[in-house]
Order: sequence, then C-alpha cells, then structure tokens
Amino acid sequence: MASGVKPRVKVPKKAAAGEAVTIKTLISHKMESGQRKDKEGNVIPRSIINRFTCEFNGAMVIDVTMEPAISTNPYVEFEATVPEAGDFKFTWYDDDGSVYDESKSIKIA
Amino acid sequence: MEFSRRETLAMGLGAAVLTALPFRVIAAAEDKIAEFTGGADLADTGVELTAPEIAENGNTVPISVNAPGATAILVLATGNPTPGVATFNFGPGAASQSASTRIRLAGTQDVVAVAKLADGSFAKASAAVKVTIGGCGG
Amino acid sequence: MKYKALTAIAVALSLPMAAFADADDDTLVVNDEITMVTKAAAPAHVADVLDEVMSGWHFRSDETQALQKDDFENPAMVFVDQAIEAWETVDGSEGKSCASCHDDVETSMKGVRAVYPKWNEQAGELRTMAMQINDCRENQMGAKKWKYTGGDMAAMEALISVQSRGMPVNVAIDGPVQAIWEKGKEMYYTRTGQLELSCANCHEDSYGMMIRADHLSQGQINGFPTYRLKNAKLNTVHARFKGCVRDTRAETYKPGSDDFIALELYVASRGNGLSVEGPSVRN
Repeated sequence: MASGVKPRVKVPKKAAAGEAVTIKTLISHKMESGQRKDKEGNVIPRSIINRFTCEFNGAMVIDVTMEPAISTNPYVEFEATVPEAGDFKFTWYDDDGSVYDESKSIKIA
Repeated sequence: MEFSRRETLAMGLGAAVLTALPFRVIAAAEDKIAEFTGGADLADTGVELTAPEIAENGNTVPISVNAPGATAILVLATGNPTPGVATFNFGPGAASQSASTRIRLAGTQDVVAVAKLADGSFAKASAAVKVTIGGCGG
Repeated sequence: MKYKALTAIAVALSLPMAAFADADDDTLVVNDEITMVTKAAAPAHVADVLDEVMSGWHFRSDETQALQKDDFENPAMVFVDQAIEAWETVDGSEGKSCASCHDDVETSMKGVRAVYPKWNEQAGELRTMAMQINDCRENQMGAKKWKYTGGDMAAMEALISVQSRGMPVNVAIDGPVQAIWEKGKEMYYTRTGQLELSCANCHEDSYGMMIRADHLSQGQINGFPTYRLKNAKLNTVHARFKGCVRDTRAETYKPGSDDFIALELYVASRGNGLSVEGPSVRN
C-alpha cells in the first residue's frame, strides 16, 4: 500500500427521489507518471491509481480508467441519480494492487 | 549565406528528425482513437470538452466533458509523451454523461474528447490549451 | 505602466495574457461562508509606497482562483486532513500529542496564524509558527523537531492557519520586535544576486506585470502555507523566500535563519489588514 493514500468524498446528505446530485471525489496519491527521473537519472517507476468506480445500491454510476496524465491527488466530479435512499460505494484501484474504498449513505428528503 | 549540397541534405535530415517526434505522438493519439471507435467516422457534435485557453501550470489543468446519452468518453492529450488521459464509462446510475477532472499537459497542445453516443456512433471535440512557462522557478 | 518596447512586444505576442495583466476585481468567498478581505488600504508603515495591499489570489487565473473557493476543491486540504491526524498522535518521550495540551484545534488555535511571527516574552525571542511548533515538539512532547520547510511542518501550519481564515493579519511591529522588523525592511529593499534584484523590484515596483509567463503579485504571505500547482504540495514561507532569492542568482539564506525570520516579520506586516487565507492555492 502506497503511503498517505486517503480518499475524500463529498455527497449531499439527502436528496429528493429521482434527483440528480453532484458528487466530488479526491484521493491523495502521488500519481507517479513513469516519465520522471531521479537524481541518478534512473526512471522512477510508474505508480498510479488506474481505475475509479462509483456504484449506487449496486448499480454502476461511473467507471473511470485513469492514465498517468491524471494530476497528483486525482479528482473526479460527476452526477448521479438518486432513485431511493441507499449507499454510494467508491473504489480506487492502485497499480500496486491496493484497493481503497469509501462509502456514503444518502437519505430521501 | 550559401549552403553546399551536403549541408542542405544534412539540414533536411535534421528537419526530418525534428518533425518525426510530433508525428509519432499524434499517430499514437490516432491509434488510441481508432482502438476506441473501431475506425468509425467521428461527428463534430454530440460531445463538449471544456478546458482553459491558457493553463497557468501544466501540472493541474481542469477539464470537463459532457456528451448527453453517451456510454463512454475517451480523453486524450495529443502532445503528451503518451496520449492517454482517461476513459469515463457511464452506468445506469449516472444522472448525466458528464465529468470533470484535473490533468497533466506536457506543453501547449490539443486535448481531444471522443464520445461513444447512445446510438453507437462517435463524436469528437478538441480544445487547444496553451501551457505557460513560469518566470520564477522557485 | 512603463512598458519597455521589448516587454510591449512580448505582451502583444501573448495577447490573451493581456486580459489579466492587472489584479482582477473578483471576490473570494470560501465555502460560501468566509468572505476574504483580499484588498485593503495599505497599513500605515507601507502607505508611503503602496495605496492598497492585495492578496496574490487576484493575480491568478480564474481556474486557479476557483480551487481556493471550496475546501473540497482545494488540494491543500488533503494535507490539513493529515495534520488533523498528527494533532491527535502521541509522539516523543513525554507521551503527549498536540491535543494533550491544546485540546480542540478549532478553539485553541483560532487567531494564532493572524499574529505570527510573534514575540515570545518568556524566551525573549521572535517566533515564527514553525519555531513555536518545534519548541512544543522538543520541549513539551520530547519529540524530534520537524524539518523547518518539510511536509509535516507545512501541513501543521496549514491546519493552524485554517482556524484563522478570514481574520485580518495583524502582526505587531513595534516594541521588542522593532529592530528585527527594521532589519527585515532593509533586506526587502536590498538588491541581491547576479541579477541585482530586491524583493521590492518585483513585488512593489512591478506587481501586475508579467515576468515571462508569470503574473507578478505583491508577494503577500497571508495565504501561506500555499499549495502550488507546479509542485503539487504545500509550500512554506521560508521555502518560497529561498526560491525567490535563488532566482536573483544569490546565495540564499537558510530557512529558519534569523535573516528569513526578520524578512518574514516584515513581509507579513505588509499584509496587515488582509485576511488570513492559508492554505491558499497558487500556480
């Protein structure tokens, strides 16, 4: 597990049934591109978050494939429909095999 | 200034080397698009790409894509060492087929978005982003 | 503005740049809650040279400015989260964390950032926040000092700064610190390096102009520590000073040195009246 990796997610606490909500996500990660060299001139190996997914009550909202051109601390913002109360599940996949997840529940107002 | 035949040839060779790199990079982007579309035609409408005209720093450039009804949007940076940026796949839970993220650009270049639309056709949008070089290294 | 011909040509060549050649008039409201004072009448001690003091926020592009308007968008908050953990973490021989003495950071650290650097009567010295943090670590916690400009220090400074956001910077420049302040002022106006540039040449005489593609600000430090897009991390005041002095092609002072402490006091005082913004976002 890479050090200092911490997901952050912003989801409204409640929504009207069928409402579209904006979701913001960010995970602290270096996103080492594999293009940089260290002081000795050796290429620093690539180490990135290569995939991010969000599901709501088991249904896919968004599935993002990420390449080294995504900035440090990857940020993704998107919109989800909230048909009923339930849980958003967020998952990030690291090159090193680590998987980080986070979930947030939302109520119907 | 006069050039001998040999010098002229050498210059031509140098120019060929100079231009070869960008060609290769753009070809790599085209390969990525072909892989995504299977070589289908690209419409000019159906996908929007929002990016700043000038980025203060290439390390963190905010971009947004939006393609109503699309199932997936591919984003490429044609001037990066490798053109891939991200592919957004939208599921049934998505309220819109739009997303925003922050990307790295190695220099001034075109950013391209290709969307696979609901009817299976493809659309492309591009945005030129100027990446500035700072005055103060510190 | 006194553009030289070359500068004029450079500006003409980069026309879109001209659109933001001066400080803009946008308003910075963070989280729809904290309205920042980003322009203020110059404090009395700089009123002879400036009418108005301005946050560096005004000199950035709309995209960069937007990152500071919402704590979720602000990448610096990742480091603030890390510092919240550090605040609660016991370290050192005394079995204490920051929280052991200072309890809730939100109440105990409110207003602190606004008045630093500050005279410490007991120690008989002017202290920056970094010095105070390290004094706590060494003498209260029995823990190892943090590197003056390192990641742990920058994150803790950011966490402390957050508790004063929106409050006016108000560092004292008289009494026991007056001589140090005078020294800082002298440094600010002294040309250094092969390029023979003083702080004032760029940040007082030329703010609003372009230095290559960079938009020169007044060099205010009310937004520090600051997350820079160029290195994607928090940057401390002394690290930034070091970068500036190096850019004049001079031997730089050491972060944490008496020289930089004096300069920090003087530069901080030039921003008296501006809101504490840290951690800000800059390019």
